[in-house]
Amino acid sequence: MGSPAQQSQPAGPRGGRPAAGREVRGRLPWMLVVPALAGLAFLVLPLAGLLIRAPWPTLLERLAEPHVLEALRLSLVCATIATVACLLLGVPLAWLLARVEFPGRRVVRALVTVPLVLPPVVGGVALLLVLGRRGLVGQWLEAAFGVTLPFTSAGVIVAEAFVAMPFLVISVEGALRGADQRFEEAAATLGASRWTVFRRVTLPMVMPGVVAGAVLCWARALGEFGATITFAGNFPGTTRTMPLAVYLALETEPEAAIVLSLVLLAVSVVILASLRDRWVNSP
Amino acid sequence: MTLRAHLVVVRPAFTLDLAMEVAPGEVVALLGPNGAGKTTALRALAGLTPLTGGHITLDGGAVHGLATEQRPIGMVFQDYLLFPHLSALDNVAFGPRCQGASKTEARRTAATLLERVGLAGQAAAKPRHLSGGQAQRVALARALAVRPRLLLLDEPLAALDAHTRLEVRSQLRRHLTDFDGATVLVTHDPLDAMVLADRLVVIENGAIVQQGAPAAVARRPRTDYVAHLVGLNLYRGQADDRRVKVGELLLSTSEPLRGPAFVAFPPAALALYRTRPDGSPRNLWQARIEGIERHGDNVRVHLDGPITAFADITPAALAELDLMPGQQVWASVKATETHAYPA
Repeated sequence: MGSPAQQSQPAGPRGGRPAAGREVRGRLPWMLVVPALAGLAFLVLPLAGLLIRAPWPTLLERLAEPHVLEALRLSLVCATIATVACLLLGVPLAWLLARVEFPGRRVVRALVTVPLVLPPVVGGVALLLVLGRRGLVGQWLEAAFGVTLPFTSAGVIVAEAFVAMPFLVISVEGALRGADQRFEEAAATLGASRWTVFRRVTLPMVMPGVVAGAVLCWARALGEFGATITFAGNFPGTTRTMPLAVYLALETEPEAAIVLSLVLLAVSVVILASLRDRWVNSP
Repeated sequence: MTLRAHLVVVRPAFTLDLAMEVAPGEVVALLGPNGAGKTTALRALAGLTPLTGGHITLDGGAVHGLATEQRPIGMVFQDYLLFPHLSALDNVAFGPRCQGASKTEARRTAATLLERVGLAGQAAAKPRHLSGGQAQRVALARALAVRPRLLLLDEPLAALDAHTRLEVRSQLRRHLTDFDGATVLVTHDPLDAMVLADRLVVIENGAIVQQGAPAAVARRPRTDYVAHLVGLNLYRGQADDRRVKVGELLLSTSEPLRGPAFVAFPPAALALYRTRPDGSPRNLWQARIEGIERHGDNVRVHLDGPITAFADITPAALAELDLMPGQQVWASVKATETHAYPA
């Protein structure tokens, strides 16, 4: 067996020296290259199709239509509120999972990720069973506070938060696990209580992870469809978010669906770009 | 501010059990090889590692029941652990803020301390822009800012390069002299320990093997580890007047002694000969050269034989004697160069 150092510099053809500055690796295996290119095309072509078929001349006009703006505004507002709710609940949950030893922690961690793999429609049904008018908690919410969630904008937020929170929790928990806990010990030797440690040391140090998680969470909430339509319905102005509007428009007015899709695509690209440049690559 | 502690930490493959007392203003160095339990002891004093048994008291008050943040301690970590998102000033102000000082007050305290360690100009700098020596001083200022009664230093100079180390060591020495509480310092560097500490506590395998003033420990090592640290050949044997029997070898010494005894002598006191010498040294034995290595300006020869020993000779002598590993030589040491003391 040759050492790795020997293997990485094989002799060139007929014992000659390999071309300077270039590794000689042999031919690329077509068994990998062909499916790779097919996969790439599969991912990129539909997006290209969206751009090609877009009704560019009437684009601005269509965007300015009241029902489009309404859906966009509703989507942005609901996704943002859902993200804030996820931050308020998800960051402490991530902290609990990353920093506190308790029995059944692994089970809890698995439970947190269930909405991630659960079909969103099933999530919507589950939400209806619990928070619906006749639901386990919903019944009581209506009796005690007169609050009903299904088929309201609040219901949209609940559905989006339910589906999107795991993204935030997983991202923040990962950041917490990656953070050097000895900084927290150093803070404790300086007299900081656990709350102060969290607020003044832990949180600032995992901030990139929190922001990345929040952006993912927001993007997921923005695109939420299944749980929203099941739990909150499809009422213009109150629960018809962009994805719902796209689906509806597709049946009546395909060009409008393309325009709405383009808006969502643009938002996704902006998010991805900002995430990459500002957080993913930064130390 | 006297610290009295009996630290017991039991782990599956390791037990730490040591009792120590540190007077106000005194600096005690915990010295020992890697894995001896030095850092565990320090973390136990800080409350970062729970005690399995024993106690910690400061001025008679029990501390071992308190959480880390409630203990009147200040700690300097090996790699300082300055908060990367805070400026040097805010790092130092962190402790006073936690103790309830207002932001302005805490910053004023911090500014005073930074000035004391000579870093007034770096107050606004983030830790990543500080040099190793500067970071060490900020870490010290941060630990002192909480007005601790017990100061804990974990390998405070280990992360510094040789040149900075010399400078920071003498500064640290000065700050420790000014500090009126008890100080416990962990190090594996004998020089740091000798310069900084009033007393050495040597631990091996979780227990104290020797303690005393640095000079006394250096003069009378009691374990191979300590002898190696202070650069002495050390043997344990049976003394009978001015002779100590070490294994098969009878060593003549200058001090009269009886019973179990240690004999120590510096490697430079050993003389090597290619043929049997004829002269005054009483202690003469035949040895085999195991290895030869550079040692400062000299050459250190590892000898095996009736006793294993290090001999330091000059490169000129090495060339002249034409010594090689595996060769047989005669080794001798004058009785007056040896030091014998009770075991």
